[in-house]
Amino acid sequence: MLGVVGAIAGKSTSWIQRLVFPSSALTSLLLLVISLLALSQPVDTLVLPLGLPGLPFHLRLDDLSAFFLLLLGAASLGVSLYSAGYFRAMENATRRLFCLEYHLFLASMALVMLADDAYLFLVAWESMALSSYFLVTTDHKIPDIRRAGFIYLLIAHLGALALLLCFGILQGGHGDYAFAALRNAHLSSFWATTAFLLALFGFGAKAGLLPLHVWLPEAHPAAPSPVSALMSGVMLKTAIYGLLRITFDLLRGQQPWEWGALALGLGLLTALFGVAYAAVQSDMKRLLAYSSIENIGILLVGIGLTLLFHTYRLNLLAALSLAATLYHSLNHAFFKSLLFLGVGSVLHATGERNLGKLGGLIHRMPWVAWTVLIGTLAIAGLPPLNGFISEWLLLQAFLFSPRLPHPYLVMMMPVASAALVLAVALAAYVMVKFYGIVFLGQPRETKLAQARDAGIWERLGLGWLAAGCLFLGLAPALVIPILDYVTRFLVGDALGSMATHNWLFLTPVLPERASYSPLFFLGVIASVVALTFFAVRRMYHGRLRYSDPWDCGYPETIQPRMQDTAEGFSQPILRIFEPFFHIEREQPDASTPRPRYREKIEDRLWRLLYRPLIRFTDRLSGGITRLQHGRIHLYLLYSFLTLLALLIFVR
Amino acid sequence: MNTWPDTLFQLIQSVLVVTLAPLLLGWINQCRAWLQNRRGAGPLQPYRELHKLFHKEVVLAHHASALFRMAPYIRFGSMWLAAAIVPVLATDLPFSPAADVIALVGVFAFSRVFLALAAMDVGTAFGSLGARREMLVSFLAEPALLMVFFNASLISHSTQLTTIVETLSHHTLMLHPSMAFAAAAFLMVLLAENARIPVDNPATHLELTMIHEAMTLEYSARHLALIEWSSHIKLMTYTTLGIALFAPWGIAQAGDWRAVPLAVAALLFKLGLAGAGLALLETLSAKLRLFRAPEFLGTAFLLAVLGLLTYFLRIS
Repeated sequence: MLGVVGAIAGKSTSWIQRLVFPSSALTSLLLLVISLLALSQPVDTLVLPLGLPGLPFHLRLDDLSAFFLLLLGAASLGVSLYSAGYFRAMENATRRLFCLEYHLFLASMALVMLADDAYLFLVAWESMALSSYFLVTTDHKIPDIRRAGFIYLLIAHLGALALLLCFGILQGGHGDYAFAALRNAHLSSFWATTAFLLALFGFGAKAGLLPLHVWLPEAHPAAPSPVSALMSGVMLKTAIYGLLRITFDLLRGQQPWEWGALALGLGLLTALFGVAYAAVQSDMKRLLAYSSIENIGILLVGIGLTLLFHTYRLNLLAALSLAATLYHSLNHAFFKSLLFLGVGSVLHATGERNLGKLGGLIHRMPWVAWTVLIGTLAIAGLPPLNGFISEWLLLQAFLFSPRLPHPYLVMMMPVASAALVLAVALAAYVMVKFYGIVFLGQPRETKLAQARDAGIWERLGLGWLAAGCLFLGLAPALVIPILDYVTRFLVGDALGSMATHNWLFLTPVLPERASYSPLFFLGVIASVVALTFFAVRRMYHGRLRYSDPWDCGYPETIQPRMQDTAEGFSQPILRIFEPFFHIEREQPDASTPRPRYREKIEDRLWRLLYRPLIRFTDRLSGGITRLQHGRIHLYLLYSFLTLLALLIFVR
Repeated sequence: MNTWPDTLFQLIQSVLVVTLAPLLLGWINQCRAWLQNRRGAGPLQPYRELHKLFHKEVVLAHHASALFRMAPYIRFGSMWLAAAIVPVLATDLPFSPAADVIALVGVFAFSRVFLALAAMDVGTAFGSLGARREMLVSFLAEPALLMVFFNASLISHSTQLTTIVETLSHHTLMLHPSMAFAAAAFLMVLLAENARIPVDNPATHLELTMIHEAMTLEYSARHLALIEWSSHIKLMTYTTLGIALFAPWGIAQAGDWRAVPLAVAALLFKLGLAGAGLALLETLSAKLRLFRAPEFLGTAFLLAVLGLLTYFLRIS
């Protein structure tokens, strides 16, 4: 197993740059196959005599890690293929460094998922944070990117600190940090809850949970697109992995219902917040970053629901919502990587990240446009693609919530599911905006006419990810058995053969209850489309004439600039959710000689939470500087006083 | 299940829904004309219009992409699928396990997103205006719609339409107060989703107030015909869905051929009544401003939640 990881890291020093990314793609494929095989195997553990003396690294490959390794392999295969083409233009020294960091990043993500003791976990976690920090700041000559990297690093470390404390609590005074020991440590409910909260904070910082999401919309636009794809598609999932590992594996059997309710509520807030902000963005990558926040929210809703069901020993239902969560992580890895890569191609071809300056690219970049269309439909949660399946499963789990023996929860659950549906429906709005403005319509700038389609490697990467979206959408009956291993491991039950009693239909629990068949969907729609196409031509005709657009009778005056801009498209959202946003408007009246219109939308949390926090920290550190005068006798006095205090205290 | 007569019956049912759909719209328009003291063009008028449109030559904008040309067919195909899923005449047909009510909402969303994208394809101001308004109405309507289905699934323990219809039709005597709230909410969602008054005005000629029509401005001839026809099917499917959820009496079991004539009669009667009711409703109300639509659909949502609460109070 480790050989695979080693190969990824080892290849990076190879000089033949052109071979590096394809070979890392190959390694990812290998990882994919191995983890697929590992799912049906018994748990594999390995102790490596590395690290500090007396503290060997424990590795363990169980069903949960295998599933997330599968996700890593599948997504990084696409991204590495794409990167093989993408980084041709980069200068040599930067590229070599980039290669090293890229593969270090992949390897440390794999190690996070394999780690079986807190030391190795945190070491891998930190190296993942650091390597991704360097990847984000690849273009470190631009001040904004340095700032984005700094915010990212800061929040990543806050999270890591919380995780450190969390593991400290988990070991329960034994001093043994292997996960096997942590599993057996019996914590009081207070300490268990503290550990859970710390884990939620620590992993939430990595995943972009409210209110720790601020780094996401900064770091994603700053990073090169394949890096954004990996960070959003895979790295956020390591946080989900960690949360699952701690709550369901290490803290097994001691989850009060409040945890579930907290995770659920926080998830819903994050999802709604993310999608509302995604709707008003006009930078492609920021839009996708906010949409990642939304998806993390959905994943957390799934985890919360699983926790609730698990608390009340409704294991089959817990398995259902956990399967939905895992399915959605896999889906998100595929479609979000696909979208980020597509955006990367657009960025390469046009040099433009602003939605308001793009348009009509479906004519210039058909490969990118059609593969991204698949990703767009998938992320919008539309059948028969993959996003729909996980959301459908999650809603099915919600529909079972009346079985919870807690009356308030039962009453709140339908409203929670409605909030989830609102987020999903808004996501469709966001994606229509994204795709419609970037790829459809007329080019808003003249330079877009020179845009060139993606190269062969990029097409391969995009194609793999798009095919993954289609496969996950059309063949859920083949995916559910994979998830069953994980659900059986974590919550002790699985959807089992019921979900796949007939390979055509997906029936989560009972056929009378609900079923869904994506292949059937596609079959009926495709055959009706074909039939209509020929029937219309047979009964009538297929005549066609090209002309100017009609546009209600004003075709001469039509200009590309009359199309909706990104801001225009999101105006209804801005108006409906106005209290959500902090808006600065500059709207001079008509009599102003040279009017300038400006609208700036800011994250409310910056103002409410982060600014006061920054001011407080500034004041605190200002107070501390007062202690430092640089005079040696004062410092001697401090040491003397400390010594004295210690003596009194120890005695 | 999956025997040939059943499949045949399934095909007959979906063909029937698809061919009768323009008639329902014609009937609504005719009723409205009568209510407004006009003579009306007769209930067959939508067929004549479709026939006329199919005869015409397609005029396409120079830079329309393949997506633009695909969208009408895809919309038509997905509406056909939706029509096949809803139990109109009989339950437990071979296609019914393919999707439950949530997947049905997914089908509608799929066709809507395609149409919205197609509307943005030509790059006119009205197209994207229509697209964003349509998406706005839909994202407000979907939570309310889900709450309605939540109501139905609480009683029947299923989201499978066949099971819902069978449960509800066997409990005719047992009154469910929650379903009354749900019915009101569903009606409001139906009006919003099908671009009817008071959310949208299907007969408008003023581009600035259009929602659904603004998206189809660039379409002509057979493309427009397919889109119009799909909209008719959508209205029909929603109406039959409402009938299946709230008035499921008379729907036959699969394979029970003797019940079919009765089912057809019951369906025609209910559709006639529903059409007249819709016409009355549209005559009595005026179109709302666009930004009143959130309030309208918020009311629908609250009604459905009230339904849920009455259900929970009743059982506790």
